[in-house]
Amino acid sequence: MQSTQADYFPILMQFLLAVGFVVMTIFVSGLLGPKRHSKNKDKNFECGIESVGNARIPFSIKYFLVAILFVLFDVEVIFLYPWAVNFREMGMQGMIKMVVFMILLLIGFFYIIKKKGLEWE
Amino acid sequence: MSDSKINIAEAPEGISGEGFFATKLSDVVGLARANSLWPLPFATSCCGIEFMATMASHYDVARFGSERMSFSPRQADMLLVMGTIAKKMAPILRQVYEQMAEPRWVISVGACACSGGIFDTYSVLQGIDKVIPVDVYVPGCPPRPEQILDGIMRLQDLVKSESVRRRSSPEYTELLASYNIK
Repeated sequence: MQSTQADYFPILMQFLLAVGFVVMTIFVSGLLGPKRHSKNKDKNFECGIESVGNARIPFSIKYFLVAILFVLFDVEVIFLYPWAVNFREMGMQGMIKMVVFMILLLIGFFYIIKKKGLEWE
Repeated sequence: MSDSKINIAEAPEGISGEGFFATKLSDVVGLARANSLWPLPFATSCCGIEFMATMASHYDVARFGSERMSFSPRQADMLLVMGTIAKKMAPILRQVYEQMAEPRWVISVGACACSGGIFDTYSVLQGIDKVIPVDVYVPGCPPRPEQILDGIMRLQDLVKSESVRRRSSPEYTELLASYNIK
């Protein structure tokens, strides 16, 4: 059976209809639905209490830094466990690889300490 | 399920035939609204404890379509004010009411919310209808869960019979304006 590209046109129509219906119902219901706006109603919900100031203020990055460092060294410990279990099988070669890995992380660790990244005051 | 005690909401009046059922839109909307009232509990004292019993398994307010407690006014239809509202609390209550999505209804539960109750003092609001319009008053100090359920059922009657145009009528705007709510 020979089929041309034009035979697939109904599928395209079906697709357009399906997408069009969804898009139309979303937007038209939003346009037609009754709404009541007021200054008080459109405020952020703060349990009814008048909000003071703006939430978009800069705050200390220290907590984030500590959290990221924790994740980093946490992963390092995860890598240490299988190495410790297979310590004898991996031998000298494993030892060298692990030391390289740990030195890389330790350089980062000393860099943080030098930069006073862990000092809270 | 012959032995189940589940009641299905009754269909509104209408014309039914083979494969079709025709009725008024306002009836269907009312039916849907009345059986899915999402409560926003505003509990400040002992009536709130009674409401906790009402929404727990024994009295089970979920049987009336109020399954989900909403703690944001944006997705709530029914504000339940339970307890003494001090005058300092009044603007907060009003703000919560104002931020509810339309259509919204209010049940005032207990003597304090209805009229100030025994707290006839300078610091207590003498009834929440001083700051927001109230649809149903539930008396009692505190009311039993059955009474709260009765209040919800009375509100369901109101919701069922409410016209879909009521919220855009001049009377409603006037009512809100009398409370200084735009």
